[in-house]
Amino acid sequence: MQTEVARPAVQDADREIKLDARDVNFFYGDFQALEDVSLSVQARKVTALIGPSGCGKTTFLRIFNRMHDLTPGTRATGEVLLDGENVLAPDTDVIRLRRQVGMLFQRANPFPKSIFENVAYGPHILGWPKARIKQVVEESLKDTGLWDEVKHRLNRSALNLSGGQQQRLCLARALAVEPQVILMDEPASALDPIATLKIEELMQELKERYTIVIVTHNMQQAARVSDFTAFMLANQRRAGEVIEFGPTDDIFNRPKDSRTEDYITGRFG
Amino acid sequence: MNRLIVRIAVDRLVTGLIAISVALAAIPVIILLLFVVIKGVPGILASGFFTQSFHPYGVPGGGVLNAIVGTLEIVGIGSLLAVPVGALIGIFLSEYGRNQIGDTVRFISDVLTGLPSIAFGIFGYTVLVATLGHFSAVSASVALAVLMLPVILRATETALLLVPHSLREAGLALGAPRWRVTMEVIVPAALGGIVTGALLAMARAAGETAPLLFTALGNDYLQTNPLRPMGALALTVFRNALLPYSNLQDQAWAAGLLLVMLVALTNILARIYVRRIQR
Amino acid sequence: MSRATAEVIPAPPVAKSHRRRFNAGDQVFTGLAYAAALLMIVIAVIFVIALVIPALPAITSFGVGFLTGRVWDPVHLRFGALPAIYGTLVTSAIGILLAFPIGLGAALFLAEEGGLSAIRGPLSFAIELLAAIPSVVIGLWAFFILTPIMRSIVDPFLNHTLGFLPFFRGGASGYGYLTAGVVLAIMVLPIMTALSRDVIRAVPRALREASLALGATNAESIWSVVLPFARVGITGAVLLSLGRALGETIAVTMVIGNSPNISASLFSLGYTLPSVIANEFTEAVGKVYQGALFELALILALITIVVNVLARLLIWRFKGSEPSVA
Repeated sequence: MQTEVARPAVQDADREIKLDARDVNFFYGDFQALEDVSLSVQARKVTALIGPSGCGKTTFLRIFNRMHDLTPGTRATGEVLLDGENVLAPDTDVIRLRRQVGMLFQRANPFPKSIFENVAYGPHILGWPKARIKQVVEESLKDTGLWDEVKHRLNRSALNLSGGQQQRLCLARALAVEPQVILMDEPASALDPIATLKIEELMQELKERYTIVIVTHNMQQAARVSDFTAFMLANQRRAGEVIEFGPTDDIFNRPKDSRTEDYITGRFG
Repeated sequence: MNRLIVRIAVDRLVTGLIAISVALAAIPVIILLLFVVIKGVPGILASGFFTQSFHPYGVPGGGVLNAIVGTLEIVGIGSLLAVPVGALIGIFLSEYGRNQIGDTVRFISDVLTGLPSIAFGIFGYTVLVATLGHFSAVSASVALAVLMLPVILRATETALLLVPHSLREAGLALGAPRWRVTMEVIVPAALGGIVTGALLAMARAAGETAPLLFTALGNDYLQTNPLRPMGALALTVFRNALLPYSNLQDQAWAAGLLLVMLVALTNILARIYVRRIQR
Repeated sequence: MSRATAEVIPAPPVAKSHRRRFNAGDQVFTGLAYAAALLMIVIAVIFVIALVIPALPAITSFGVGFLTGRVWDPVHLRFGALPAIYGTLVTSAIGILLAFPIGLGAALFLAEEGGLSAIRGPLSFAIELLAAIPSVVIGLWAFFILTPIMRSIVDPFLNHTLGFLPFFRGGASGYGYLTAGVVLAIMVLPIMTALSRDVIRAVPRALREASLALGATNAESIWSVVLPFARVGITGAVLLSLGRALGETIAVTMVIGNSPNISASLFSLGYTLPSVIANEFTEAVGKVYQGALFELALILALITIVVNVLARLLIWRFKGSEPSVA
């Protein structure tokens, strides 16, 4: 049912599809956390996943770069196509995948290393030459608006930065490996309003070059930053489903499903 | 009313007993250190203590150079064996150890921890001394290495498990292979705990006597070849103390003081290192 | 300067040619880690062999009688382990009996919060320090300082006041069971205190506060709340201390007197399993004599393993039953 809703919105837009989830089911052991979830993420747009807690939106997000592999006893079926390649295929090189699909976490998680080493870590793993690493560190820090704040103390520990700066550093770290997609798992939930605003502004700049999928519990944030919104909800078996998916404007102003409307208007959740 | 008085009296009594046990618990270490320092300093200040090896009774002078070199070499080789292996086993336990093999290794480690140190001497004797046909420093190093292993691997496992899971996720999300995340992110983040564990294990090994009795055996002469019998500070303390000559007994006290200082120094180093890392 | 270029150059798709489930480095690293774990198991197997095989000649020639034999006579190659087993048990028992109340008292003090923290820190440090002092140094101190005190003050006093008991009869040389027991008490005090402190700290504060709020005195809440709750854990602490005491070698060897006796008097010279081994091993000639010593080592290892496993089970059970404190 949700697929019928989801498809047309995307086809209407007639744009390049970067990530395409098709009938994804997800299990933690015997418990099914996602049921037949489908979603087409457009390139160089911001797609928001919203819904009450426990609806599986973070679970869904983490499937896009196979972070669920880290949790023992999990299993995903269906397809998630990245430029037409199924990332759920058992022979996918997840290391390569994660370079293309970066991630920003709920809480800033800088390595206990220097600012420079944090951003340089990905390129360092890739074995890039030093000059290129220096350049990409500078560019990434500029892209996240941190450069002017930290350029004189690149060798200081990243743990001395403020919460907002740390989160932008983590974003710079993710950008340094030149991904195509950036997954954001409630990236501003632990930040103050000003730091949140900075992250939101960055998303608008970054979406010109990157495809962004963001999970947020904050509806206003989704309305502000996203081009498309998917509303998710857990069904009677507590498995998450996509209830409605479309341009953010439509979801928030002309929801087709009464449950979406209820959620948007704050009638439950 | 009477009952209340009894209750309060009992409470006071218990408080008093606790205070007495606190005093009794603190006294041994104070007395011990006091005597070791007072009795040990003259011997340490005696000329030749650091520069000469053992002189038998009747030959004036003499020192513990042979024992200092021996302790450093025996513990050094032991650490070279135990620290990398112990750390790697610790990494195994925290990264891959949630299974039967991990539980087995943890059980073995616990049993080894509880085993008397003399058993490690027997181990070194049977495995190396008996097979090589002679006593040697290296057999002592192996015995001490096995004795150190549990300390190091448990410290490593604990330190690694304390590293937030989010750091691992961050590394893997960048497309880093797991082993590089482990070695370049997780292990450095846990280095304080790992180094502390290694230093404490070394301190303990340096103070051990029983494992050396049937392995290094002891040597009155300066010896650096790890395949030969070798002296050690702990052996000097043990043997000289039981000799009926006061200058050699003084040497035992001095060697004991040196040993205590060595152990204390290692402990302090561990603390300083942890503090520096945490900064 | 900006990364517009990154967008133009298409990054490689999830290329089929590069597909593989595992990274080669990961495989090597995992292999290394497993190899290290297996090495631990191999060491354990070798350890068992190293303790059992050399003891076999003695086991076959003396049989069960070895455990009950009261004679230890290397000259005539007659070997019985009973004096050493007896000495080990007696000295360890004295050590635990002395260390338990002191350790528990100190632990009660250390586990408490608020007030007197100026003493708590140094005491914790002193006890940690005591744990770090090598046993040979404690033995040295006991040999030169403690034995004269025992000979001239403690033993005569006990003989005078409690001499009607068989334990405190006979002449006292300053060496023997009692002195060794005192040394063991000093040596296990740090473990006893530290473990008991941790166990007592795990008693939910809410329970204790509830008891105090009901008007119980501090002593009453220790007796009726803290100790019952921590009982299993403290028993574990005692057993771990016992394990340590049973195997302590050098310090005991220096003060026990090294003479195979079985005597009720605690002033009597004695022997313990580890001190027999430490004392005679390098002098032991012949398969039988050596084998007897190896068998003593095996007996010692078995006893300590049983005690330690039991202790860990108790402490593990204590932790398992520990209610979560909000």
